[in-house]
Amino acid sequence: MTGFLIRRFLQMLLVLFLVTLFTLLLVRLLPGGPVRALVGPRATAAQIAYYNRLYGFDEPIYIQYAKWVWQFMQGNFGYSVKLNQSVASLIANKLPKTIILVLLGLVVSLVLGIPLGIYQAVKRYTVGDYVLTGISFLGYATPTFFFSLLLVEWFAIDLHLFPPFAPQGQTVAQILSDPRALVLPVIAEGFLGYALWSRFMRSSVMDNLVQDYVRTARAKGASERRVLWGHIFRNSLISIVTLLGLSLPSLVAGTVFVEVVFNYPGMGLAFVQAAANVDYQVLLGITVVTAVATVFGNLLADIGYAVLDPRVRYS
Amino acid sequence: MSMITPPSDPAPVEELAEVQQVDPNTLTAVEAAELGLTPTAKPRSMLRRGWEVFAENKLALASLVVLIGIFLFCYVGPLIYHTNQVNTNLADYLCKPSGQHPLGCNDVGYDQLGRLMLAGQTSLEVGLAAAFVAIVIGTLYGALSGFVGGSVDSFMMRIVDAGLSLPYIMVIIILSVIFQPNSLTMIFIIAVFYWLGVARLVRGETLSLRTREYVQAVKVVGGGGGRAITRHILPNAIGTIIVQATFAVADSILILSGLGFLGYGVQPPAADWGSMLSNGLTYLQSGTDYWWLIYPPGIAIILTCICFNFIGDALRDAFETRLQRR
Repeated sequence: MTGFLIRRFLQMLLVLFLVTLFTLLLVRLLPGGPVRALVGPRATAAQIAYYNRLYGFDEPIYIQYAKWVWQFMQGNFGYSVKLNQSVASLIANKLPKTIILVLLGLVVSLVLGIPLGIYQAVKRYTVGDYVLTGISFLGYATPTFFFSLLLVEWFAIDLHLFPPFAPQGQTVAQILSDPRALVLPVIAEGFLGYALWSRFMRSSVMDNLVQDYVRTARAKGASERRVLWGHIFRNSLISIVTLLGLSLPSLVAGTVFVEVVFNYPGMGLAFVQAAANVDYQVLLGITVVTAVATVFGNLLADIGYAVLDPRVRYS
Repeated sequence: MSMITPPSDPAPVEELAEVQQVDPNTLTAVEAAELGLTPTAKPRSMLRRGWEVFAENKLALASLVVLIGIFLFCYVGPLIYHTNQVNTNLADYLCKPSGQHPLGCNDVGYDQLGRLMLAGQTSLEVGLAAAFVAIVIGTLYGALSGFVGGSVDSFMMRIVDAGLSLPYIMVIIILSVIFQPNSLTMIFIIAVFYWLGVARLVRGETLSLRTREYVQAVKVVGGGGGRAITRHILPNAIGTIIVQATFAVADSILILSGLGFLGYGVQPPAADWGSMLSNGLTYLQSGTDYWWLIYPPGIAIILTCICFNFIGDALRDAFETRLQRR
């Protein structure tokens, strides 16, 4: 296990290096460079040169990278002139709200997706299975923003069941104090996840149903209920852990659209607004924080997988 | 919009068991031919056998028919149903569906039915082209990485890991800010991210194929690595690649529609289904029910993506699971 952890950790360091490098290079490609975005299209060449020098953008890229990573590790993500706020404080304010939204969506999708997926596998090729399969495929094929807006149209505007906007507020507590307003965003956030988990559980359980260990369990006289929940369910759950890690970027993507549609005050909305303003430091900060979080998420998923499935550790 | 494709549907157990129990000596000639056991029968190619399994799947066949219908609608439709999609006509501002405009008009007077065809061309073209570019790059990269192996492979895959850890929607938005959005840049922007997943998949496939005897044999008879990859590994991985390509088209169309919603899609007078949809969504909360602005492009996106997903699912069955019993 120690060898596995060390190997995996070294891999992660390399990935972290590449991720930060890619992001910096990408954001450097923004039209006219970061200074042009700051001082506007009418600035003279001399002014741009002055600010380039002031902020160190005239140095070689590897020195800029080193300085930036050094600052980043100290929690200094730069300063957004357009928002008149440090990027670190912006992220500290927005990130917890986005995490709440993603977690709630994840919980809802797992709680619905796993049992329904198992149901589908047990009752395969019945009407219930076909209907749920249809819903899963709809989940894959419907753009998140369109689904969110349909929810608003049907449940907020037509039926007046829920407010059309997400809860507004500065703190997580304020967001959570208005659960009715959270219902639609969480459903929108969870739909794609539901499609993923239910579909995955269905095929995983069906795969497991024919394995030798299931036959052994049945031969020993275990009840069908015990075979399903004590053996198959536990084995299928292992791979869900890996899928969770891999699905992080998709969850983030979903969140961006849900936040925009419901005007949810999270990081996705802040990012889209920063893109519209070409707010260089904010784009850089949010992208890197999200990417680093994803790398760590994948690491945790891999470790979890290795803990649950001993075979992985020795490969 | 998912970057993780739906898992496949394993072959029914009973069928597999049944075939394994067949004793070739007791078969009639016709049965033997059906199972491909007759020695004189011409060996059927992988694609041919794949098609046979695919054709058994009614849902996939229906999807194929619907897709062909969608293509005809988008490309042949405008030849029959002429509309002006360049000059605005404010007299027709948000006109209701009528005999003259079966799906009404949008907020600058473009005929919605004609626009649906035009936008469909963009969506389908960008979707197909982005998928194609991503598949080609990802396949070559993945095959090379898996075939070379060792520390080169390890480093090449860390690049892929890093790319896949980036929040793709944010990268795509930044790229859209950098480049002026049009069909060509959209293809590039979507493919630049999508090839990563393909590379990882093909690399996995290559790893399992390169130790096979027939690939080793290439080396023995003096064939180079390029030959082993292009003539032996890729043809055997073609099933996986085609399946992935099918999902890639659906995902690309979804990403394009998402960009359209955020305002980074193709710009008017050009249109894609996503930008049409987001244009109509402006009027969603206006009180009046402008259903013809929203539902036609929304349904077009969903229908097209579902069809591609169903076909991809059936292809996966065809190439992977059930093929082995034939």
